[in-house]
Amino acid sequence: MRTLVSPSALRSPRGKVVYGVVFAGTLVIFVLAFMFPLYWAVTGALKSPQELAATPATLVPHEWHPETFADAWSQLNLGKYFLNTLVVAGGAWLAQLAIDVPAAFALSKLRPKFGNVVLGLMLATLMLPATALLVPTYVTVTDLPLLHLNLINSPTAVWLPAAANAFNIYLLKRFFDQIPDELIEAARIDGAGPVRTLWRIILPISRPILAVVSILAVVTAWKDFIWPLLVFPDTEKQTLSVMLQRVAIDMPLNVLVAGMVLASLPMVALFLAFQRQILAGLTAGSIKG
Amino acid sequence: MSSPRSSSLLAWPATSSSRARRPAVSQEDRRRTRLKRKLKENLTAYGLLCAALVVFALFSWYPIVRGVLLSFQQVDFVNAPTWVGFDNFAKLFEDPLFGVAWRNTLLFTGLALVFGFAVPFLTAVLLNEIRHAKAFFRLAVYLPVMLPPVVTALMWKWFYDPGPGLFNSALGAVGLPGGQWLDSSGTAMLSLVFVSTWANMGSTTLIYLAALGTIPGELYEAAELDGAGLWKRLRHVTFPQTRFVLLVLLLLQVVATMQVFTEPYVMTGGGPDDSTVTVLLLLYRYAFVYNDFGSASAMSLLLFVALGVFSAWYVRLTRKADQS
Repeated sequence: MRTLVSPSALRSPRGKVVYGVVFAGTLVIFVLAFMFPLYWAVTGALKSPQELAATPATLVPHEWHPETFADAWSQLNLGKYFLNTLVVAGGAWLAQLAIDVPAAFALSKLRPKFGNVVLGLMLATLMLPATALLVPTYVTVTDLPLLHLNLINSPTAVWLPAAANAFNIYLLKRFFDQIPDELIEAARIDGAGPVRTLWRIILPISRPILAVVSILAVVTAWKDFIWPLLVFPDTEKQTLSVMLQRVAIDMPLNVLVAGMVLASLPMVALFLAFQRQILAGLTAGSIKG
Repeated sequence: MSSPRSSSLLAWPATSSSRARRPAVSQEDRRRTRLKRKLKENLTAYGLLCAALVVFALFSWYPIVRGVLLSFQQVDFVNAPTWVGFDNFAKLFEDPLFGVAWRNTLLFTGLALVFGFAVPFLTAVLLNEIRHAKAFFRLAVYLPVMLPPVVTALMWKWFYDPGPGLFNSALGAVGLPGGQWLDSSGTAMLSLVFVSTWANMGSTTLIYLAALGTIPGELYEAAELDGAGLWKRLRHVTFPQTRFVLLVLLLLQVVATMQVFTEPYVMTGGGPDDSTVTVLLLLYRYAFVYNDFGSASAMSLLLFVALGVFSAWYVRLTRKADQS
């Protein structure tokens, strides 16, 4: 495809040289800026504490200490915190699918009376900066209106607010809107109720958008810091991020860095596995140019 | 959609005999069954919606109202909340850190715009021209976005360490003096901006790249035939064609960076000399250190109003520029 630089200019001898230099330069900068810090973290965890504290720092560890990762796992009690994070992120994911998919389907295909008002009220919450609701939502979570439940230290304190996600409903509704009404009509004539139609017809053809919503849900929950910091004061219930920043001061640096590397691995693995869906999700909500 | 009545009129010529054979009762019946079906459909729809309505009511709509109320109340969770009018706001304005926090936050946002806006765009323009190893570049630039922000912040805190940190080691290796980074009030905020830019530029870069991909090649071709050089093509084709995305992301970025919290909380705790106390960090202190939820809510309300006014002004400004 034709871009800023014309193909003929690139084919000229001078163009080839310039392109080669720019390409090599960009490659070096990218490796230094984005790959090297990760290399530094992984090898830092493999160094001995003395080597890690020495100046100047070493590029390649003199002695290799792979056992640091095992030490980090046991000293930081990583198993428990991985499980906590998994429960928080997994539950947030399921809650978002279970609550937002039927809602988007109802608004898109059943079009109930006042449906547009409901949708408008939901989308209006997107205008609020996320942190404007931090304090009142915290206060709400400590004492749910009518029910008078205190959700502090319970994963539901993350799951339920995560499901109140207008962006998900917007993405899902936009996808459902493109599904022809005839398909729903045909299902109705065949005797399928709305729930059955949603389950047997809409969901199977909505896999791409469900994948996008799912990945967004998991990644957001895994990365979140401030909300879990507030709702999990009990150190036994905390997520990886909250625990890591809590112990950061007291832990030997090599153990901490090993813990940080391990805590990041699931997200890096997820990215490598679902690159296409993640990058699709990035532009799904954004604007046509 | 046509109503059954009009369609029956079309289907059946309205002769007097056919009308006589269709008594009014059956029409009434039909209307009733139609009403019933409509009611049932509405009930199913609201049945599917009810869970969403409950979570939105509890965790979005109610907190919005509650937040405004809290701003004018004193809350201590022991006694019933009392109305205090604008006392919470007055208290904030008397706090010397209040002005500092806003100045720091504006500084952070301003610096983040300089780096976080220009660098991703230029990177995207560059990557759009590169024909090799495209997958690698995308992967590399987006990888930091996937790291938990706490990990990024702790990792960079260690890189910034004046002793064995990566930066001073690297500078030392080429014979340059090291910096104080997070330990000097002059550079601490700038150091945080670097971290934030590094961590977030992947998403903006890839959104710009997607926008650049939609520019029709003929535009560049035509411009080149007209004798436009590289800079002129960038100025008169690339910019106008990606203008909308640029303007929207600028707004989103201002809104996002005004809410910066994790980097200062994890890396500096607001120091040195309060040089990295941001609005949100101060809000956090009011709520969860001083247990003054009223003043914290007043702070949220101020931030919300400030961002709302900015957004409205910005949208009007860009619309005006579009019309002229």
